[in-house]
Amino acid sequence: MNLSGIIEEIEKVDPEFQDRISPRRDAIKNMTGFGSKIAIAALPFALNALFKKAYGQTPSAAVLTTLNIALRLEYFEAAFYKTGLAATGLTIPAADRTSILAPISAHEAAHVTFLKTVLGANALAAPSDTSYDFTAGNTFPTVFSNYDIFLAVAETLEDTGVRAYKGQAGVLLKEQVYLTAALNIHSVEARHASAVRYLRRTRGANIKPWITSTATLGNDTTLSAVDGNYAGENLSVQATVDITKLPGATAGSTISLSAATEAFDEPLTTAQVVALVTPFGVKFS
Amino acid sequence: MKTLLDTATNANMARRSFLRYAGVGAAAATGVLAMASCSKHHDDVNLNNTIDIGTGDIGILNYAYALEQLEAAFYLQVALTPYSGITVQETSLLTDIRDHEVGHREFFKAALSANAIVGLTPDFSSIDFSNRTKVLAAAQAFEDTGVSAYNGAGYLIQNVDYLLLAGKIVSVEARHAAYIRNLVSYGSFADNTILDTNAMDKQQTIAQVLTIANTYLKTKVSASAFNYIP
Repeated sequence: MNLSGIIEEIEKVDPEFQDRISPRRDAIKNMTGFGSKIAIAALPFALNALFKKAYGQTPSAAVLTTLNIALRLEYFEAAFYKTGLAATGLTIPAADRTSILAPISAHEAAHVTFLKTVLGANALAAPSDTSYDFTAGNTFPTVFSNYDIFLAVAETLEDTGVRAYKGQAGVLLKEQVYLTAALNIHSVEARHASAVRYLRRTRGANIKPWITSTATLGNDTTLSAVDGNYAGENLSVQATVDITKLPGATAGSTISLSAATEAFDEPLTTAQVVALVTPFGVKFS
Repeated sequence: MKTLLDTATNANMARRSFLRYAGVGAAAATGVLAMASCSKHHDDVNLNNTIDIGTGDIGILNYAYALEQLEAAFYLQVALTPYSGITVQETSLLTDIRDHEVGHREFFKAALSANAIVGLTPDFSSIDFSNRTKVLAAAQAFEDTGVSAYNGAGYLIQNVDYLLLAGKIVSVEARHAAYIRNLVSYGSFADNTILDTNAMDKQQTIAQVLTIANTYLKTKVSASAFNYIP
C-alpha cells in the first residue's frame, strides 16, 4: 500500500478527485472516527510512519519471539530431513526422494536461511543435527529404518508445523512484512504436508492430503502416539457457525463432518508446540 | 452515512470517492471495525456494473467469499461433468475438494450474513471440462491463486479472529494446490514455478487476484477500497 500511489490511481479514474473529496471531509471525518480536519491532513504522515514501521524497524520483542519459534521448528525439520535422507538404514525409493523428499528438505533449509537473515543478530544459533532425538524418547525407534514410519513422522511434523505457524498469526496481526512472510512459509508447510500425505496414500495408507477427523479424534495418521499433534483438529464449529449444518454440494445435503474438519486446519498454541517438540530435543530455554 | 450519500446528486461517484478514501482510512486507523457498518448493503453500490467487496475486514471477508464462490462453482462443475479418463481416486479427492470449497463458501455466507455480497455468476466458457489437462490446469490456477490471495490479504485484516479463520482456510487451499500440482506433474507440489528463492509462496494483491478471478466471472467484482476497479 502506498498513499501517493493510491491518490494517483484515484486521479486516473476520477480526475476531479481533489475537488470531489474536499466537500466531503466532514463526512469522512465522521465516518472514520478521525477527530478533526487536522487529523485528516496528518493522515499521509501517519501512513508514512506506518510504512516505515512495516519495512524499516527492528521487530518488536513479541515478533522476535515468534520468529525464533519458527526458526527452532525449521532448524528441527531441516535436520530431520537431512538426517533421514542420509540414513543408511532407510530405504527411500528414488522417485520419492527426487520428487518429494529432497525438495522438502531443501525448502526447510531455505526457510532456516530466510529466518536467520530476517532475525539477524537476534537469531538463535543452530543446534547441531545430533542434538535432536528423532525417535522422541524411543516413541519412534524405527524412524530412520522403517520408511513408512519415517513418512508418518514427516507427515506429523509438517502438519504440526502448519498448526504452529497458524497459532502465531495473532502475534503478527497487521505486521505487513512479518505476517506476510510467515503466511508464505505456512502455506508451503501445508503443501509439504499434502505431498507427504499423498505419498503415504500411494503406499496404501488410508490418508488424504487433508486432515480428516472424526467427532472425537483429530488424528488421522494411524499413529496413536501423535494424537496430541492433532488435538483440536476435529473442530467443526467455526466462529459460532456449525459447518455440518451448512448446505452441502447436492440438493438437500449438508456438509459432512469429514469435510467440515478437512476444510479448516486448526492452530496450536505456543505451549502446545513446546510440549509436542520437546521430546524430539527441540529446546526452548 | 447512507442518507448523506443518497442525497448527493451523483450518488455513484460520491460513493466511489467515499469507498476509496475509506480504504485509505482502513489502513491507518485502528478503529476500522467501527467503519464496517458502512459496508452493510454495500452490494447496492454499483461501480461500472460491478459487485464491490466493501471496506475494512468485511471487505476482506467478502473478497474471500467471492473467491470461494468461484472455486466451489468450478468443482461443482467438475463433479457434474467429470473429465474423460477420470480415475476413482481422482473422483474421490476432487469431490472432497468440492465439498471443502462449498463449506468455505457457505461458511462465509453465514458468517457475513447481511454484509455478504450477492451470489456471483461464474463464466467457465474458457474451460473445456471434458479435458483432464485443461481441468487440472484450471484447478491448479484456482488453488495457487487462492493461496496467494489469502497470503496477500492477511496483513489487511484488523480482527485477530478473522485472521485466524483465514489462516485455517489458506492451508487447506495449499493442500489442494499441492495435490492438484502432483496430479498435473508429480513433484511439482511446491516447485520453483510457484515458490520464490526462499522456498516461500508468493502473495498477490487484491487487484492482481481479482483481475484473474474476473476472467471467470460474469458478474465482475471490484474492490474500490483496496484500489481495484475493473
